[in-house]
Amino acid sequence: MNKKKNPLLSGPYLVWTAAFIIIPLVLIVYYGLTSSEGTFTWANIMEIATPENRKALWLALLLSLISTVLCLIMAYPLAMILSSLKFNATGLIVMIFIIPMWMNFLLRTLAWQTLLEKNGVINMMLKFLHLPALNIINTPYAIVLGMVYNFLPFMLLPIYNSLVKMDRNVINAARDLGAGEFQTFTKIILPLSLPGVISGITMVFVPSLTTFVISDLLGGSKILLIGNVIEQKFKQGSNWNVGSGLSLVLMVFILISMAIMQKYDKDGEGAAF
Amino acid sequence: MSNKLIDLVNITKLYDGVTVLDDLNLYIRENEFLTLLGPSGCGKTTTLRILGGFEQPEKGKVIFDGQDITQLAPNKRQLNTVFQKYALFTHMTIAENIAFGLKIKKKSNAYIQDKIKYALKLVNLEGYENRMPDSLSGGQQQRIAIARAIVNEPKVLLLDEPLGALDLKLRQDMQYELIRLKNELGITFIYVTHDQEEALTMSDTIVVMNQGYIQQIGTPEDIYNEPQNAFVADFIGDSNIIDGLMIEDKLVQILGSKFRCVDTGFGTNQPVDVVIRPEDVELVDPSLGTIQGKVTHLIFKGVHYEMEVMANGFEWLVHSTKCFPVGTDVGIQVDPFNIQIMNKPESEDEEAVILDE
Repeated sequence: MNKKKNPLLSGPYLVWTAAFIIIPLVLIVYYGLTSSEGTFTWANIMEIATPENRKALWLALLLSLISTVLCLIMAYPLAMILSSLKFNATGLIVMIFIIPMWMNFLLRTLAWQTLLEKNGVINMMLKFLHLPALNIINTPYAIVLGMVYNFLPFMLLPIYNSLVKMDRNVINAARDLGAGEFQTFTKIILPLSLPGVISGITMVFVPSLTTFVISDLLGGSKILLIGNVIEQKFKQGSNWNVGSGLSLVLMVFILISMAIMQKYDKDGEGAAF
Repeated sequence: MSNKLIDLVNITKLYDGVTVLDDLNLYIRENEFLTLLGPSGCGKTTTLRILGGFEQPEKGKVIFDGQDITQLAPNKRQLNTVFQKYALFTHMTIAENIAFGLKIKKKSNAYIQDKIKYALKLVNLEGYENRMPDSLSGGQQQRIAIARAIVNEPKVLLLDEPLGALDLKLRQDMQYELIRLKNELGITFIYVTHDQEEALTMSDTIVVMNQGYIQQIGTPEDIYNEPQNAFVADFIGDSNIIDGLMIEDKLVQILGSKFRCVDTGFGTNQPVDVVIRPEDVELVDPSLGTIQGKVTHLIFKGVHYEMEVMANGFEWLVHSTKCFPVGTDVGIQVDPFNIQIMNKPESEDEEAVILDE
């Protein structure tokens, strides 16, 4: 609302947005809705209906849902513990959140590949301990593991933020009015941290749904998620039209999931960052 | 009125090895408006939190109605708290906020509805049932916080600087409101504030605290007129605190001049602190004054003029309805009844006497 700010200052960002967000989006819509001859068609969109594509979309939805739930289950209690620490937990949070980022995302996923291989580090240790081998590489389990590992911090941080900014006295007030610890959690802490949970869910679900690197590296080339299908259309098949059509379908699913999330986020503020 | 409802016995509380409350003893009577007054860090809020059950003391006991409740969880105590900055549940409507405690106690729906109506009427906010807390002004939110606490019919209401976030006019209105509420409800109020005017206006009893010690307990009149030490005198209202020498009973030497006073029992030639309220300093013709000085500052304050008079090396603060322009030579006179003599504190760090009743 500061009228004295020069509107020209937003120029670089607007140029950036136009060049790298809006124009590509328009192009994808264009490719998605035209045939290779440039005539209008729904055919690219309808590609989603083929059995293998349907399966890839369904699997992607399922695996990202499972990963999101697992991230939530792990991140919420941790965020509660961290937020209740008396000392300043910022350093610890930064460590948990940032240190994995010091290493390249691909490298970390490749590392998991090596760890999980049939004769990889984990199986060698299990063998040494006379425990049964863990054969999850190239299965959906490995993909879920990769997703959870990579995206967990994105769940943790917004929940932690929503918990620390909660007024301690609100919790005290609930106790004061007769609520036990459990009731205080279900009636006060959980609803008030919901914006953070919503942000976390969105920030884990969306990248999980669209990833193709994790499924590529940890799922072998056997398990195709919708992201892999789209990648293949663009790169191997050089079929930009079908690739764009499928991307549009995926976009619809992302928009739907975000709309659902937004409905629960009453304040409409989101607690992330 | 004289029944002891709460008894704090030898309460000691440490934070990270620092003593915040040191062997505090205090009892609170039924149906009393008691104010814990002191500067920040004096231990008043900690005392309240120990009463509410949000802190456990390292030593000592909290006796409530004859029962030891020191270790009892906050939700098991028969008292409710009105928190600083309201602490309303922002995800619930006003009605849901007020009903919170009653729903937990599994009261019937009809009972809850009645109580919401009654409480909103009591705090003059009828018809606000379906509003959200964020849509209310600070003063209104504070009233809701009070309503939310009192529907549970506590025996004691704890109030932690509830008016601190409100502007001056609203604060004064709420002071009268709180007095009215207390009289209507007939329960004990324990009120924490650093605002001496608030304390003087509302309280039956004021407990002045500093650095974890109780400095003085008394009625507002006692605290104002008969401060027991320099800290209390300085904290409550404006005052001139001057080094004096008690020459004998009823005679004190201040700044080289002898003043008659009414205090006895301090011995002879004892160094003492002398407290004189600015409104008790009378400015007269230099020939009539006990000591002579010159006006150095003059400010018009509305009801009175505030002047500073330099006399015998001390700058006297004077409140008077008569105006003496800067530079006027004046004499200073004080009625013996208005000279308050106090023992000097024994050590710096105690600031003043530790008062164990």
